[in-house]
Amino acid sequence: MYTLSNRLRLFSIILMVVGLVGLIIGFTQAPSSIEEVKEMMAAHDAHGGGHGDSHAQTGGHNEGHSEDAHGGDAHYEHVLHQLQNKPWASLYAAAFFFFMIALGVLAFYAIQFAAQAGWSPVLFRVMEAITAYLVPGGLILFVILALSGFHVNHLFVWADPEVVAHDKLIQGKSGWLNGTGFIIRAAIFLGGWLLYRHFAVKYSRKQDEDSEGNKWYKKSFKISAGFLVFFIYTESMMSWDWIMSFDPHWFSTLFGWYVFASLFVSGITTIALITIYLKSKGYLEFVNDSHIHDLAKFMFGISIFWTYLWFSQFMLIWYSNIPEEVTYFITRIEDYKLPFFGMLVMNFIFPLLVLMNSDFKRVNWFVVMAGIVILCGHYIDVYNMIMPATVGESWFIGISEISAVLLFLGLFLFVVFRALTKAPLLAKGNPYLEESKHFHY
Amino acid sequence: MASKVIHALYTDDDVLMDAVKKVRAEHYHIEEVFCPFPVHGLDKAMGIPHTRLAITSFMYGCVGLTVAILMMNYIMIEDWPQNIGGKPSFSYIENMPAFVPIMFELTVFFAAHLMVITFYMRSRLWPFKEAENPDVRTTDDHFLMEVDAGNHDVDQLTSLLGDTGAVEIKVIDKEEDNH
Repeated sequence: MYTLSNRLRLFSIILMVVGLVGLIIGFTQAPSSIEEVKEMMAAHDAHGGGHGDSHAQTGGHNEGHSEDAHGGDAHYEHVLHQLQNKPWASLYAAAFFFFMIALGVLAFYAIQFAAQAGWSPVLFRVMEAITAYLVPGGLILFVILALSGFHVNHLFVWADPEVVAHDKLIQGKSGWLNGTGFIIRAAIFLGGWLLYRHFAVKYSRKQDEDSEGNKWYKKSFKISAGFLVFFIYTESMMSWDWIMSFDPHWFSTLFGWYVFASLFVSGITTIALITIYLKSKGYLEFVNDSHIHDLAKFMFGISIFWTYLWFSQFMLIWYSNIPEEVTYFITRIEDYKLPFFGMLVMNFIFPLLVLMNSDFKRVNWFVVMAGIVILCGHYIDVYNMIMPATVGESWFIGISEISAVLLFLGLFLFVVFRALTKAPLLAKGNPYLEESKHFHY
Repeated sequence: MASKVIHALYTDDDVLMDAVKKVRAEHYHIEEVFCPFPVHGLDKAMGIPHTRLAITSFMYGCVGLTVAILMMNYIMIEDWPQNIGGKPSFSYIENMPAFVPIMFELTVFFAAHLMVITFYMRSRLWPFKEAENPDVRTTDDHFLMEVDAGNHDVDQLTSLLGDTGAVEIKVIDKEEDNH
């Protein structure tokens, strides 16, 4: 049994408190009126000289359709919305990022059952603990989505009736993109995922107590196969709803897979990091280097899969250069050059070179280093998907972004490590356990 | 000069593995082991060093990438930078996404083919090469361990091999290194 150390508990609580305070500061710093924006920009222009011109040129491409009518203050109103969105968007990005880690682990867990993998059962309890974050993380995300879907904030432009009234394209999509449907779909997605998580964990515990005839194991196998079918549909729709609809004028067919690759690799990386941590504390003596090696191979392979999808999406749109599609990448390359190309280095080139050598995949500190870079890279990936449509060129990784990450990191650590104390770390009833204990590559 | 080798035949890979470990523990030199299929852990038991093929493959891949970049930079950017469908041909980086499929394929092509050729060369395999098989049964269901008799006592060595479960032991006078 794992016992949660007081240091870790205190550490996660400090993270949450610091994150919460920082986030509140972030919300209070957001301007509430056009006058404040003018003051801020005047102060800013005094340093930056002429920066406002570029704002004026690019301003209005996003929510612009409704604002063109307002005349003189349209630009300031645009910036006001961006700055008001900033703490909300950073909250959303962090909430989604940690939720997507837990979701990726859930998908990986289901795949291990459906594939009857012989190497991974010793890691099942770690995976089950990580997916425990789905419950609080999912609820928080649901609340944020509900607030946005009913336009408490300006995260989703399509939720603003005034914008929709002037926008033929969004009107055409309002059959899908409307607050009610959005919330109902979110409830279905989250409900399905949490339902699987609940029963998968329950059956896994029952299998420990009563492994005769593998009755519970067979049930786990069946629900995992069913969940994977449900998951791939709902994950795809989730990515349209929760990410792609930030840019309601833009669409991409492989977006669902792209988001999937991102969440899958983050999830696997988190499994590896937590496994290495627990092993270093002496809780997982049955996990050997070959298990770490396999996880590192998955990190390596799925990182490349992610890059493949990123490039396929980028290159097809860059090559054909159709105006209605290509704006998505033009805004990102113009305004987000460093994060946009930086994440490519972090998510592709770094793991490619670091994790290619088979010996390095067994060196724990190497895997940890690569894992931290991959996780940071995928946070920036989420950041790149959300920010350009919500805060545009007013982006900055400052107090509200870092605080939001700290808040959810603290919550994540707290929930995951508390869940680890709930069950023995070895799923002893699993029929593949002996094979997994002696797994050797 | 003719040298003496002993051929010990086995019918089971587990017995063979134990035999290899015993023979090595007695400090006899195993010339070669012939198997009908790969036996997991045999290379480790025989003390054969790791292959460096993967490293060569990585370097060949780098060569392929370089070839692709230099080739397309010369053709598309330096030699005749035409406007083809509005693609920017002012610098390599501006038109790079269009070149990536070729960069990728050439990297894989060089890495794979040159590694295979390296493998053939290092393991001396080519068409019309005379087979080095000492006993036809080793391609079907027998395992053969060839031990260098050297200056050792042949009777002692054969009795050791007999103890390891060999089904057949032959002492062979071999012409100096015909493979």
